[in-house]
Amino acid sequence: MTTEDIYAKLVPIVKTYLPEDVNESAITPTSDLTRELNINSAHLVDVVLDVEDAFDVEFDNADMESLRTLNDAVAIIQKKIA
Amino acid sequence: MRVVITGLGVCAPNGTSVSEFTESLKNGRSGIAHFPELESLNFSCQLGGIPEISEEKKREYFTELQLRNFDSNGILYGVIAGMDALKDANINVGGEEALYELGIIMGAGTTSVAKFRESIYKIDEGKVRRLGSTSVPQTMASGVSAYLGGMTGAANMVTTNSSACATGTEAVLLGYERIKAGKASQMLCGSTSDGGPYIWGGFDAMKVTSYKHNQEPEKTAGPLSEAASGFIPGSGAGAVVLESLESALARGAKIYGEVLGGAVNSGGQRNGGSMTAPNSEAVQKCIIAALKDSNINKNEIDYINGHLTATVKDPVEIENWCLALDRKGKDFPYINSLKGMTGHCLAASGSIEIVSALLQLDNNFVFPNVNCDVIHNEVVALVSENCIPRKMVNTPLNIIAKASFGFGDVNACVIFKKY
Repeated sequence: MTTEDIYAKLVPIVKTYLPEDVNESAITPTSDLTRELNINSAHLVDVVLDVEDAFDVEFDNADMESLRTLNDAVAIIQKKIA
Repeated sequence: MRVVITGLGVCAPNGTSVSEFTESLKNGRSGIAHFPELESLNFSCQLGGIPEISEEKKREYFTELQLRNFDSNGILYGVIAGMDALKDANINVGGEEALYELGIIMGAGTTSVAKFRESIYKIDEGKVRRLGSTSVPQTMASGVSAYLGGMTGAANMVTTNSSACATGTEAVLLGYERIKAGKASQMLCGSTSDGGPYIWGGFDAMKVTSYKHNQEPEKTAGPLSEAASGFIPGSGAGAVVLESLESALARGAKIYGEVLGGAVNSGGQRNGGSMTAPNSEAVQKCIIAALKDSNINKNEIDYINGHLTATVKDPVEIENWCLALDRKGKDFPYINSLKGMTGHCLAASGSIEIVSALLQLDNNFVFPNVNCDVIHNEVVALVSENCIPRKMVNTPLNIIAKASFGFGDVNACVIFKKY
C-alpha cells in the first residue's frame, strides 16, 4: 500500500471527528490533529480505533504518544503492515 | 424570591413532544405495548412503555459525531425533554457564551445499561482499549446532565440527583430551592430513565409488575382499580424550566404556574417503612410539610397528581392523602395517576408526571385515570368515586399537589399554583 493510498483512506476517518466549524479542506498531511484541526483530544483514541479497523493493525501506547499528524499515522501504519 | 415554571419538555411512551403528550392526556391514550423481546426472555410482565424516537428525530438533537457509538436511551430521552423545555421557555442556549445563571439538575436511576453492557463484554474479552472515549460520558450517572450542559452552555450547578422513583419530583424541588436561595436565575430540572429488559428485570424478579394481560395491553388494570395487581414498567424523561419570577417577567415569558413550595423526607425504613415499602407516617409528614412550606391550607388543594402505580398499595396512598389533608369522601380533591397511560417510568416518573400536572393546571382539565372501570373498594370507602375521573373533566384548577415515593423509603411532594 502506497503512502498516498494510506493517506486517502485516513482522510475520511479524520473528517468524522472534525468540529462543526472546521472544514475537510483543512486536513493536510502535516496538520496537527488536536492543535490545528481542533479534534477533541478525547476523540483521538476513537480515531485510532477506526484506523485500526480500517488497516487491521493495532497501535500500542508508544504509537499513540507519537501520533500528532496524518503523516505520523501513515508512518506507523507502514511500519505495521510492512 | 418567587419561582415559576416557564418551560415544559417531555419524552414519554404516549408522546414525545408536549403537544402530542397533551393530546394523549386529554384522550386517555396509552403508550403501553407488548414487547416480544420480553416474552422471549421469559419475563412475567411482557408489557412496557417506551417512547418511540425515529433516527430522524435523534438528529434534530444530536450531531452525527455525538451519535457515533452512542447507545444510551436515558441520555437520548433526557436530552429531548431538556432541550424541548428550554426551547418552550424561549431561552437562547447553545451559543458561544457560558450561561452562569442557567443550571441543570437532571436526575437518573439505573442508566445507560446498553452502553454499560457493551463495555463490560469488551473488558471481559481483554479489549478494554476498544471502549474508546464514549463509554465514560454515557455510563457516568451524571451523563444526561453533562450532555445537556455541553449542548446548552449551562454554567451554574450542573448535576444529577438520584432517589429512585422520587427522583424527578426531588429534582424540581432542588432547583426551586437553588433559585429561591438566589444562587441561580434559571434551572432546567427533571429526570430520565432507560427502559427495556436490563432496567426492568429486577422489578420483574421482585414480582411487583403485572403479568395478567400480556397480549392485551389495553386491558391492563390501571391505578386505583379493583384489579390492580402490579405496575407496568415504563421509561422516558420529563423536564421543566424553573425561573425566578423576576427573570421570567423581565423576559416576558409564558408562566405555566408558580412553585409554592414542597418537601422531601424519608421514612427512615422504620415504622413499616423498608427498602421497598413506605413508612405511612413519613408520607403524611412529607405532604403536611409541603403544605406548610407553601403556606396554604389543606382545603386549598384542587387536584392531586398521585404516585399510584397500580399495585395493591394504591389504597394505602389514598389513605395517607386523606389523613394528611384531613379530607375524605366528597370533600377530597380530584386525583389521578398518569401511570395507566405510560407505565411506571421509574426515575423519570416524577418529572413526566409533573409535566402532566402543569399542563392540567395551565389548561384547566383533569385527565382520565384510565383502565379503572371498577375502583378498588378500599379506595371507595375513603373518597368519592367522583374524585377519580374516568373521563376527562374540564374544571378550573388553582392549587395542585404532586407527590412521588421511591425505594429506600424516600418521599417528595411539590405544590404548584396558577400564576
